[in-house]
Amino acid sequence: MRNIFLFIARYSNLLFFLLLQVLSLSMLFRYNKFHQAAYMNVANEFTGRVFTRYNNIETYFSLRQENEKLRQQNADLLNRMNTNFSAPDSSVQEVSDSLQVQGMEPYRKYLFLPAKVISNSVSEQNNYITLHRGSNQGVGVNMAVVGPAGVIGKVVDVSPNMSVVMSLLHRKNSVVALLKKGSGYGEVIWDGKDPRFVNLVNIPRTVKVEKGDTVVTSPYSDIFPQGHVVGFVQEVNDEKSSSMYNIRLRTATDFFSVQHAFVVKNLQKAEMDSLAKKIKRD
Amino acid sequence: MSDLLKNIIRFALFVLLQVFVLAKVPPLHRFIVPYLYFLFILWLPFKMPRPGIMLLSFLLGLSLDMFMKTPGLHAAACTLIGYLRPFIIGILMPKEATEISYAEPSITSMGFLPYVVYILVLTFIHHAYLVLLEWIQFGSFWYFLGKVFATTVISILLILITEMLFQRKGRYRTNVA
Repeated sequence: MRNIFLFIARYSNLLFFLLLQVLSLSMLFRYNKFHQAAYMNVANEFTGRVFTRYNNIETYFSLRQENEKLRQQNADLLNRMNTNFSAPDSSVQEVSDSLQVQGMEPYRKYLFLPAKVISNSVSEQNNYITLHRGSNQGVGVNMAVVGPAGVIGKVVDVSPNMSVVMSLLHRKNSVVALLKKGSGYGEVIWDGKDPRFVNLVNIPRTVKVEKGDTVVTSPYSDIFPQGHVVGFVQEVNDEKSSSMYNIRLRTATDFFSVQHAFVVKNLQKAEMDSLAKKIKRD
Repeated sequence: MSDLLKNIIRFALFVLLQVFVLAKVPPLHRFIVPYLYFLFILWLPFKMPRPGIMLLSFLLGLSLDMFMKTPGLHAAACTLIGYLRPFIIGILMPKEATEISYAEPSITSMGFLPYVVYILVLTFIHHAYLVLLEWIQFGSFWYFLGKVFATTVISILLILITEMLFQRKGRYRTNVA
């Protein structure tokens, strides 16, 4: 017994060092696995408040660009209004009725919740974005996040008033996407090299791809609403040995200056999940 | 100013500088990530007990991790250099000279060459361990090698600039103090 105490006293520094190492490494690998740790929630609230302060100043520097983006999105939405369409044939009737929208409300699948981006990174290998909107305001883990221009990422951690989003620029990120004009399904991943570009893999070579083609989210994703722009084809690596393309995409969202985002809540996800679980059990 | 107050202010300044200035620098290349915050550990007083150094290193890493959303990554690397720091100082300096004359490591207290070696070795160890932990999760050997060397060079440059900008007075410890 005495020897044990002597041993501890002799190697106390080493033991303390090892203890701290084990503590930090377990935190590191646990977080990557589950994306949830009680400690990070506390950290979220605190660092979130600091980021909010900083962001209050930072936003002023990019107000002009941000306005431009929102104006474009407004124009896009205005263009979709029924009153913009008129057919020469009067038998084609255009209906614009608010009642229709009201009546559809029980069947709503996606709900868009606006959120402000308070911190953002692009220089890491795993980039996260912090939003000033948390579980008290209806945000949950695994919800999609889109911006005025296109897809941003997905929520991985929430605290009462903040949430952490894994951006497209993350090593573990993967979004199912397809070519807007074609039918090739693929997966969007990031190789960690350049924050302006992501990669679209697993597109079969039978599909015709050209530079400038739009890539959008697929209808088969259970978190991303269909048809949101992920990026535009920049370069097609046509390797003869492989049966798949490796396509380089320019991201639709400019991750250097992302300011506003929408958290997309899938209202039918609980039902879908419970159904899927039932099938798995049987 | 007392050592305690000085180090508390430094702690906060280094974390804020890393999070709000250095991490916001637009990336030139994926290998080039400017790190400076760990200079706090290198500047801690000679007289500090070893568990204290390790605990402070751990806390420094952890507070950066809170902002960077990488719990444990920087904390692990900081604890390692906090643990190794006394050994490096012991090798580079005769014991009596350090503990009696000066408060903390600097060019004046250690001499130019030993101080540069001290900075170089600990910076390299810090980055190597940090990138190694990243490498375990993804990446290739070339990623590891390239990033360790690029970040070490950038950090050394930043540390030299910091040393030139803020010339710390090598306070001489008399018997009275």
